[in-house]
Amino acid sequence: MPLRTPLYDSHLAANAKMVDFSGWEMPIHYGSQIEEHHAVRRDAGMFDVSHMCALDLDGPDATRWLRHLLANDVAKLTTPGKALYSCMLDQDAGVIDDLIVYFFTPERYRIVVNAGTAAKDIAWMRGQLEGFDAELIVRRRINGDAVAIIAAQGPDAQERRLTGSDSVAMIAVQGPKARERFWTAFPASCAATEPLGIFQAAEVGNWMVARTGYTGEDGFEITVPADDAAQVWQKLLAAGVKPCGLGARDTLRLEAGMNLYGQDMDEDISPYEAGLKWTVDLKDAARDFIGKSALEGKDARPVRNQFAGLLLLDRGVLRAHQKVITPQGEGEITSGTFSPSLNQSIAMARLPSGVAIGSEVEVEIRDKHLKARVVKPTFVRNGTPLI
Amino acid sequence: MNTPNNLKYAASHEWARTEADGTVTIGITDHAQEALGDIVFLELPAVGRVVKAGEECAVVESVKAASDIYSPVSGEVVDINQPAIDAPESVNADAYATWLFRIKPSNPAELDSLLDAAAYAATL
Repeated sequence: MPLRTPLYDSHLAANAKMVDFSGWEMPIHYGSQIEEHHAVRRDAGMFDVSHMCALDLDGPDATRWLRHLLANDVAKLTTPGKALYSCMLDQDAGVIDDLIVYFFTPERYRIVVNAGTAAKDIAWMRGQLEGFDAELIVRRRINGDAVAIIAAQGPDAQERRLTGSDSVAMIAVQGPKARERFWTAFPASCAATEPLGIFQAAEVGNWMVARTGYTGEDGFEITVPADDAAQVWQKLLAAGVKPCGLGARDTLRLEAGMNLYGQDMDEDISPYEAGLKWTVDLKDAARDFIGKSALEGKDARPVRNQFAGLLLLDRGVLRAHQKVITPQGEGEITSGTFSPSLNQSIAMARLPSGVAIGSEVEVEIRDKHLKARVVKPTFVRNGTPLI
Repeated sequence: MNTPNNLKYAASHEWARTEADGTVTIGITDHAQEALGDIVFLELPAVGRVVKAGEECAVVESVKAASDIYSPVSGEVVDINQPAIDAPESVNADAYATWLFRIKPSNPAELDSLLDAAAYAATL
């Protein structure tokens, strides 16, 4: 039985083409992936991201635990609602997952992790809660059942079923007009969400509205009770927000230079080889987070690769796992696509250290070697090409 | 799904049409373009290349994936649709008007083993 979000019927009603994504039956597009892409770059589109998993963390040790669990440092979050992107590493500094954590108080956070990794993440988190006084509540709803459970915590580990109204759905509304259209649909939320800065969230009744996203455009990610999801979707539709599938989500995030877990990094890759060094916070030398000893100091694993963008100069389409030939040795494309904004193929790649930004390399596609330029892996932001 | 009666079809989703001069025009079906999604790149065979029936000889790439195209008949490639290379999205707009390549068949009897519209539609 495929897993379905609370918005499954809404997708069918909008003529979605549904595909399997990590066991979830999700919309790949609703007609044209490229039109959906442009809607987000030029106006506003929305994505069902309820397959991702929201976890609520509560307890006196919440901050101490997250500072141990995550490579980025939640101590820098002081404004309620402020969000932080971080990797969760294993002891060898392999990336277990990348996630966003929202700060409300030093004893209360919300964490959002990837769909396909949620079960693994929760198991790992449970294992790390030993000795900390905090509880972790899974808020995701699957197939209409209120299957969200309390994942357990510390010495008094226990599981409880949540009631249906406690599980949530998540909708990302993205694009230059996303906020405006969201306020048209929900005028009462304007006062609380208009002042939000980038990467900041507000709790509005039993909703959370966050100025975050995965497209390189402005917008909100809204978390609502699962029972309200279909109605919220409908109101956004009526306000002119275009439904967008996972296909457009991938081309948008790739243009924006945002990593995709499982493609651009995984447990075999450290954040230093996935272009995510900026997310590892070493400022507090006394902080000992999981994976730190494999990143820094005498036991650090060697860093042999760099993460870069590629712009295909010849005609064709770059795809994951294609071989990149450079004067410094071979590299590999981790994500590739045709960029609808640039009308040209782009990719993210792991290349040997020393390959210069701006240099030309070759990519092996079928029986051909095509020319590509090495660039910083951010291609488009806020509707504007950076290449 | 649109499957015109005047065409022959391969189970691998190509269509073929015999022209007055005996050459065979080949493209991909409406079902194929719909399954691929937005098409952004075509790699067509070199004119003069000799292909066997069932041989990979072109690639159609959508935003989503690359898909091999097989020649439904054996013969020599005598023409390719250059304007389609410059506007790959025209395959999405009309998969039957936007042909990909033309073959001078070496064994026209191979056309008889292709599917008619009803038989192809039944495979979908």
